[in-house]
Amino acid sequence: MTDTAVSIRDLEVHFPLGRSLLGKPPVLKAVAGVTLDIPRGSFFGLVGESGSGKTTLGRATLAAAPVSAGQVTVTDREGEVFDMARLDRAAETRFRRRAQLIFQDPYAALSPRMTVRDIIAEPLEVMRLCRTRDEVNDRVRAIAAQCRLNVEHLRRFPHAFSGGQRQRISIARALVTNPDYIVADESVAALDVSIQADILNLLKQLQRDLSLTFLFISHDLSVVAHTCDHVAVMYLGRIVEVAPPRRLFAAPRHPYTRALISAIPSLDPDDRGRAERLTGEIPSPKSPPPGCAFHTRCPMVRDRCRVEAPALRQVADGHSAACHFSDDLALARRRADSPVRVPA
Amino acid sequence: MGGLLTVRDLTLTFGTDEGPVTAVDGVTLDIEPGEVLGLVGESGSGKSVTAKALMRLNPANARYGAGSRMTLTDAGQEIDILSLKGAKALRQVRGDKISMIFQEPMASFAPAITIGKQMVEQLQLHRGLSRGDARMLSIEMLERVGISEPGARFDQYAFELSGGMRQRAMIAMALSTRPRLLIADEPTTALDVTIQAQVLDLMKELVGEFGMGILFITHDLGVIAQTADRVAVMYLGRIVEEGPVRDVIRRPAHPYTRGLIDALPKLTDLDAALTPVPGDIPSPLERPGGCVFHTRCALAEARCRIAPPETRLVRPRHSAACHLAPESAS
Repeated sequence: MTDTAVSIRDLEVHFPLGRSLLGKPPVLKAVAGVTLDIPRGSFFGLVGESGSGKTTLGRATLAAAPVSAGQVTVTDREGEVFDMARLDRAAETRFRRRAQLIFQDPYAALSPRMTVRDIIAEPLEVMRLCRTRDEVNDRVRAIAAQCRLNVEHLRRFPHAFSGGQRQRISIARALVTNPDYIVADESVAALDVSIQADILNLLKQLQRDLSLTFLFISHDLSVVAHTCDHVAVMYLGRIVEVAPPRRLFAAPRHPYTRALISAIPSLDPDDRGRAERLTGEIPSPKSPPPGCAFHTRCPMVRDRCRVEAPALRQVADGHSAACHFSDDLALARRRADSPVRVPA
Repeated sequence: MGGLLTVRDLTLTFGTDEGPVTAVDGVTLDIEPGEVLGLVGESGSGKSVTAKALMRLNPANARYGAGSRMTLTDAGQEIDILSLKGAKALRQVRGDKISMIFQEPMASFAPAITIGKQMVEQLQLHRGLSRGDARMLSIEMLERVGISEPGARFDQYAFELSGGMRQRAMIAMALSTRPRLLIADEPTTALDVTIQAQVLDLMKELVGEFGMGILFITHDLGVIAQTADRVAVMYLGRIVEEGPVRDVIRRPAHPYTRGLIDALPKLTDLDAALTPVPGDIPSPLERPGGCVFHTRCALAEARCRIAPPETRLVRPRHSAACHLAPESAS
């Protein structure tokens, strides 16, 4: 087994929904029992539709969401183990330096009244990681260069930059404290495709150069497939499938993953109408369906799915799925032509 | 031309404190009835400004170029969009003959008025229906776009609906006036892929049924490949390539189109490196001379920096504005 950077065990994150006079108040289970290991040095993708709980799960690994049940631990490269449910003040200070978040919207994430230099330097100053101003400047310049920003950029204000450049500034700020675990939450979703590729390449390169562990949260399966070495698919607060991207695309073992792949608009105009369509929408996490959470939209639903929730189990090496009938899916695939067509 | 919409040499300049900004530069477009024209480009390329110009929804500092012409033809009657004056005349292109659906349906519905009331109001205004008839038609349209319990939804507010439902309601509202042209500005960008697929299917079905033309604006070439008949690629206010969707996607003639396709992650080849289009889109205040794309073009030559390229046919019905594009044999 490789070294694990983030270990999640039966994690539940509940948010209270008002108060009730009698008994326990109703709760929304944003994360409803997730067990997952993120290997050190991996680029780990987490995909799902809005409302699937992917952002909450990411935040729980940064001690930014309440741990209602279960356990989340992050181990840094020096071997210190941080338990998200029990972080005292001193440990939290050390942890903040080790784990950082890159946000989605590069327009909202940067203060318009600070220069780029001050934005990138702020974490160093807040955490008092440098003794002198020169030391801060050296560090800022070094990380800015790694994020392909030049020295004259540092004197300007964020409004002078395009979306792609702003995202590079956000990345530099996240990396300035020399962290080893990064959560990138929809970090390329707000960018144009032409720029998106550039930021993805940069993230990959930084991950290799600085040996970072990435949790890359995205709604876009094709982006995740291209950048990540592991992919977890989330639906209504649960992980439904985990696999390396190649396996996931070649042989999905959960009907939700299969449908997600097939819903990606193909670049081939002759592919129209071939895709498998899911009916309905993701149910509200306030009242998740009984049994398998996906059964209300599943094209291959059977009686068992309505009563019994499937556990995430291993279906092949490094590949797990939470479906009662994932073996049928594998068989059907071998027999029939693949529903995911490849453009010429 | 017997088309539905003809745009010739549309140029649009905004007067700003920092000087005039050219947002649209000599755009020529045609849409036939029942045809879906995809308009692709990055943010800042001028696609939304072009769409708004069709409904004359531009702010007061907008100036149209002298040679600009926009004509909408309906039942043999030609409407010169730029000559319309006054709110009443403009209503013809603002809801009567042209409807628009937007990216963020939450921002397009008034939050404090029920969806039904908003639908009825525009039907009374544009089609002169009585309140009762308008209500019946609205509920029928909500049902048509696949909204369950349309009668109950009619009395709900936009915030009570999910994103997908809101976009369906938006489509129902836009189509209930029976427009000849529907402008869809990034209608599925804010939606999840599974819901996007449903909304795209619905739109395709409704075009077939209503026979209107659609101007479909998006930055996603995959969405274009799945919906459009023809596609126009826009960069810094210019149409750089235009043609049937198969030709443009399979055999792009402009390096920018090629770049957009190469930048897309492809599921068929996970090992292929993602190739970004180098650099950023220049500020409209600093429009490059010559070919507008030369600052980011890997193939740029000396002449690209000096002379703007003419739009030429590379194949029947497929044109590109690039000095290096092959000339059509015919």
